[in-house]
Amino acid sequence: MTVLVDANTRVLVQGITGHQGTVHTRQMKAFGTNVVAGVTPGKAGTEVEGVPVFDTVKEAVAKTRANSSCIFVPAPYAKDALVEAVDAGILLSVVVTEHIPFHDMLVMYHYSRSKGGRIIGPNCPGIAAPGLAKIGIIPNVVFHPGRVGVISRSGTLTYEIVNGIKEHGLGQSACIGLGGDPVVGTSFVDALPLFQADPGTDVIVLVGEIGGTAEEDGAEYIRHHVTKPVVAYIAGRSAPPGKRMGHAGAIISRGKGTAETKLAALSAAGAKVARFPYEIPDLVAEIVARQARR
Amino acid sequence: MVKLAEWRGKELFRKYGVPLPRGQVARSGSEAEKLVASGAVPLPCVIKAQVLSGGRGKGGAVRFANTPEEARAAAEAILALEFKGEKVKEVLLEEKLPIGRELYLSVTLDRSLRLPIVIASAQGGMEIETVDDAAIERTPVHPFPGLAAYEKRQIGKVLGVAGPVAKSLDRLLDALWTLFNREDAELVEINPLAVVGEGLVALDAKVIIEDDAAFRHPEYDDIQDDRTPLEEVAREKGIAFVQLDGNIGVIANGAGLTMATLDVLKEFGGNPGVFLDLGGTDDPKKVTEAFLLMARAKPRAVFLNIFGGVTRCDTVANGLVEAMKQVPAEEKFPLVARIRGNNEKEGIEILRAAGITSIPTLKESAQAVVAAAGGSA
Repeated sequence: MTVLVDANTRVLVQGITGHQGTVHTRQMKAFGTNVVAGVTPGKAGTEVEGVPVFDTVKEAVAKTRANSSCIFVPAPYAKDALVEAVDAGILLSVVVTEHIPFHDMLVMYHYSRSKGGRIIGPNCPGIAAPGLAKIGIIPNVVFHPGRVGVISRSGTLTYEIVNGIKEHGLGQSACIGLGGDPVVGTSFVDALPLFQADPGTDVIVLVGEIGGTAEEDGAEYIRHHVTKPVVAYIAGRSAPPGKRMGHAGAIISRGKGTAETKLAALSAAGAKVARFPYEIPDLVAEIVARQARR
Repeated sequence: MVKLAEWRGKELFRKYGVPLPRGQVARSGSEAEKLVASGAVPLPCVIKAQVLSGGRGKGGAVRFANTPEEARAAAEAILALEFKGEKVKEVLLEEKLPIGRELYLSVTLDRSLRLPIVIASAQGGMEIETVDDAAIERTPVHPFPGLAAYEKRQIGKVLGVAGPVAKSLDRLLDALWTLFNREDAELVEINPLAVVGEGLVALDAKVIIEDDAAFRHPEYDDIQDDRTPLEEVAREKGIAFVQLDGNIGVIANGAGLTMATLDVLKEFGGNPGVFLDLGGTDDPKKVTEAFLLMARAKPRAVFLNIFGGVTRCDTVANGLVEAMKQVPAEEKFPLVARIRGNNEKEGIEILRAAGITSIPTLKESAQAVVAAAGGSA
């Protein structure tokens, strides 16, 4: 195990027969991921991209020993899909689905946790570790194996940053997209210890955005527990209060969740703060060069 | 966010058994007069504008009446108001009660704890943000056991209630907790919650229903949110679209990238007027729709910033070229494009054939669009 995924990761795709499920099953396989099963109720016996489809997660796990799930099921049914996965013993679920009510997500999160499981997402691009496996929808082309770990609340912005790191001749150990919702299964404080403990990661990039206090909580964790260098960026410095900026969770409400307080907290915790996304690869490259001289 | 007007919030309160003053809604002065004259609303009464912004008391949007004629005059005065940009269409008339103390109570989401949280304070009647933190009791509630009896007792202690009032609080907390969960609320707030005699009465109601749960709540389909008309159209089309006070339109894909693009523009003296997050799409028609929508917002210049991941650059380029043909002459705008990532070469070539140059770096493209919009703000 490196960061959540490794060569033993066996992925099940819930909602595999839908458009997104099919497209991203193909992409996950192209990344080298071992996609072993798909589930769509009523579609048992068919195949998608060479992957056998089952009616239930329980059957799929019994036949294929799947140990992680990628959920593309539409929002009204996503809670049920997650509970089914947890009940079948799957302990890592990436929920790509957007627009899941947070009341549902509260139940999903606490149920999964009570069984020892972990959720990444919802409304997230998932996790990828180049050379090992990918669960989710992060584009394959931006990756190159390396030693930079990336944790982000964004989607496309993350791809651009990861790509920038690659264009600087560096690579990534793993990248986790946490998702843009107000309640996420894995937050910065949950993901930071994974990268701190990972022997394959030398530098951590943290990409946050306005809304909530996940970055402040992350900064507190960094201050006490992270010894690896951290480069941080926060999107939404110019966002007005009270407006949801594309993500359900990206909102400054009642004066809380501004970029200023997040940047101040991260900076005080010792992180190198980038003012623009394109400064991140430069800052990472500087740190890597300094580490190499040691 | 579906913000409910006070009277609609109070309808929910009634459904779940939260005690309320006797009251009725009126849409005209004569309707108000009749409600009072018939005794449906006892005198003396309070007349309140049904608007979503706070601070009604100071803005002349809350008045009192001792006779049916006064009620009519007060309702007419309030209905003529435009309160913080919002036209007053309804007033709520309620009996004026002999109020003892004023308390504060709400249930909302604590994102950090990933738990619902009950917030209580003995200092009600003012905005909770202005209350000293030490005077606020926060009780995170785990969704599985739900609100426990000991937690309710603790809240009662902090609010300083005992005897029959404490009993009333116990029932009221159960009602609020159930409402919060069953109605998919993101906020249920009573401020002030008044001690009246030996019981509690909710004098105000602020309820916000979560957008993403709208599919379970068709009863709110008619509610006009505080979205602009264009934001409403965008919402129906599934495009994240936010109107801001500047003049540069930004189209990017992904919320984070779109926000980052606004930040960079601002840094170089630009003033963003529209935030349009295209999201992930492989449909050029959706791109065309997004551009036509942007044109209707009449931006001085538009900045297209795409990083192709799930979305392909050539799809966006094709959608853009099609949109440029369809945009009416009076809505034309200068465009600066930056497209990178998946199928970048094909996308750039399609744009070049249509006379649009893609600038590769964010900094230079941002500077170009600020110049196109007429220089720094």
